Amino acid sequence: MTLLENPLRKTALALATAAATSLTFSVQAAEVEVLHWWTSGGEARAANVLKELMEAEGYGWEDFAVAGGGGETAMTVLKSRAMSGNPPSAAQIKGPEIQEWGELGLLGELDEVAEAEGWDELLPPTVADVMRHNGSYVAVPVNVHRVNWLWANPQVLEAAGVEMPTTLDELFEAGEAIREAGFIPLAHGGQAWQDATVFESVLLASGGTEFYQQALVELDPEALGSERMIEALETFKRLRELMDADMSGRDWNIATSMVIEGSAGMQLMGDWAKGEFTAAGLTAGEEYLCAAAPGTQDAFTFNIDSLAMFRVEGAEREAQQALARLVLEPTFQEAFNLAKGSIPARPDLDMSEFDQCAQQSMDDFQRTAEEGGLVPSMAHGMAVRADVQGAIFDVVTNYFNSRDMAAEEAARRMVNAAQAAL
Amino acid sequence: MSLSSSAARPTAGSTARRSHSGLLQAWLPKLVLAPSAAISLFFVYGFMLWTFVLSLTNSRMLPSYEFVGFAQYARLMANDRWWVASTNLVVFGGLFVAICLALGLVLAILLDQRIRQEGALRTIYLYPMALSFIVTGVVWKWLLNPGLGIQAMVRSWGFENFRFDWLVDPDMAVYTLVIAAVWQASGFVMALFLAGLRGIDDSILKAAQLDGASLPRIYWRVVIPCLRPVVFSAVMILSHIAIKSFDLVVALTGGGPGYASDLPATFMYAHAFTRAQIGLGSASAMLMLGGVLAILIPYLYSELRSRRHG
Repeated sequence: MTLLENPLRKTALALATAAATSLTFSVQAAEVEVLHWWTSGGEARAANVLKELMEAEGYGWEDFAVAGGGGETAMTVLKSRAMSGNPPSAAQIKGPEIQEWGELGLLGELDEVAEAEGWDELLPPTVADVMRHNGSYVAVPVNVHRVNWLWANPQVLEAAGVEMPTTLDELFEAGEAIREAGFIPLAHGGQAWQDATVFESVLLASGGTEFYQQALVELDPEALGSERMIEALETFKRLRELMDADMSGRDWNIATSMVIEGSAGMQLMGDWAKGEFTAAGLTAGEEYLCAAAPGTQDAFTFNIDSLAMFRVEGAEREAQQALARLVLEPTFQEAFNLAKGSIPARPDLDMSEFDQCAQQSMDDFQRTAEEGGLVPSMAHGMAVRADVQGAIFDVVTNYFNSRDMAAEEAARRMVNAAQAAL
Repeated sequence: MSLSSSAARPTAGSTARRSHSGLLQAWLPKLVLAPSAAISLFFVYGFMLWTFVLSLTNSRMLPSYEFVGFAQYARLMANDRWWVASTNLVVFGGLFVAICLALGLVLAILLDQRIRQEGALRTIYLYPMALSFIVTGVVWKWLLNPGLGIQAMVRSWGFENFRFDWLVDPDMAVYTLVIAAVWQASGFVMALFLAGLRGIDDSILKAAQLDGASLPRIYWRVVIPCLRPVVFSAVMILSHIAIKSFDLVVALTGGGPGYASDLPATFMYAHAFTRAQIGLGSASAMLMLGGVLAILIPYLYSELRSRRHG
């Protein structure tokens, strides 16, 4: 089937291009096909900026958007395309998955562009590592999301007479006060990835960046089974007391809207939550507050969207290299990230157009990149492979929702999960 | 000579034509069915075989053909979540089939009492079957949500201590699946039974009445045994629905709290498609198939055999 389909497609394409050129004599040098799932309103507009930039340089852009939030559908489509030997020029792939595709030998390198544009100096080393396979750049970062954020409704905090908490202890104290004032202290949705998002922030706060790195990135069994892990798990479970009983299965944006409406005081969630606040017409710093998750001021858990480049030939490759260059250029970085609520992947941009939260995010990004608090987010597929991540999710969510599982047992299962996956 | 030959010629020709058209007639159905048979052979049995092959490999993100024997099955057996999912299937499937049959039968018997507006009632009971499981799941998710649905309503009536929080209770969440699924399918089972009841010959019932059998006895000893073929079809259809339940779980509980209400189908999907473990996912799919066959083949065999003999 693939044998048949490929030449057919190519012939059809060639015929179509020939027809187009003979009619208009346009100089459509080459085309890139980009698979992504930036399909919601703001995201789609942001992706369109990239398309316009490509077209301004005379390259064609074939949009290959596959809807479905987490990109599961898009990944399924990508796998079948890759298996039939006909991958797109670029696809939205992130984190360790880039390595998996690289190991399959399907990715093409971008070293020329990287060298010409000075990516080594531009990108923080931790970020650059994610984009490289066997030392060569194979992907280009589009944006940086920060995961360890705490969002709050200032009116609720005021009613309870508390400030934005900066440590875990303060979080529990503030939570108690908020509950006494008649609000839900912490809005949360009981889904595995949300549980894991909260868990990694707690682990980061109680164990520190170094421990986080050992446990959730390097999967060191000693760290995973250590006292510190047990302590972090216990603190994590205590957070349940600050949440409402009906959270099971709730989507994250419903939890965010509880904070917006003022029925809940705070939420631990990545900076995509900002999109909800913005959509509700609220101003950062005034009508909603943002701060690093309590106890993680010196850390930054990143979740970076990137476009990985597949191995292609000829004119398409030229267009692909142009795409890689344009993605990191200030025009696109600014337009895209303003729409998406994240921050640009290059730290040297002027941030005056961005809101207060994004500016703080950028400051922390630069600071932690220098000081060493910049860590990949486990909950968002930046730290470990999908299977290990899934196994950790299972342990975390099962422990968080179980009435009687001890933290020791959860830690033991975490060690097993990590070992089974190696 | 010429006469006989001219007489013989058309006869020979028409026999040839007749046998030709006879041949066509014999082959036409097979010919027309062949493409769909070939397609289903390939897409159903071919892919079943492929899934089995994949379950013996170390396939992760993309299929690979590096064989590792039954290692994926061993990993599956050691996986806590798989056991939760399988136990849930037994609980969910068992209760779902049993309650649907019982409820469907009772509803059918009650509707069969020549009541007024039977058509309207029948439609009302049958209507949930027209909904997709996603709709059912979402509706019941709201109804069962303690803060929004039934619990909140009863509490607002003044029963402050009323509790109905199965949806957020890890031990009870699987029963919410049963509630929603029974609501959806029992009307359909009722329709099956109703058709069966209408098919029973009145004279048998009259004979039983003449013999002095009481009404419960007539139902128990005469009517229900007559419905055995209907029970057979109902069980077949219901167990199908139970085993392939996926959308209901996704919409109603999302497998949660934690993974307390996971079913094998959601387990398989999660591992094969989102966690890049095609090998493990295939192994779980094969075990699901095995489970289905282990239950259905003996049942099919006993039912079909007894019917042939009876």
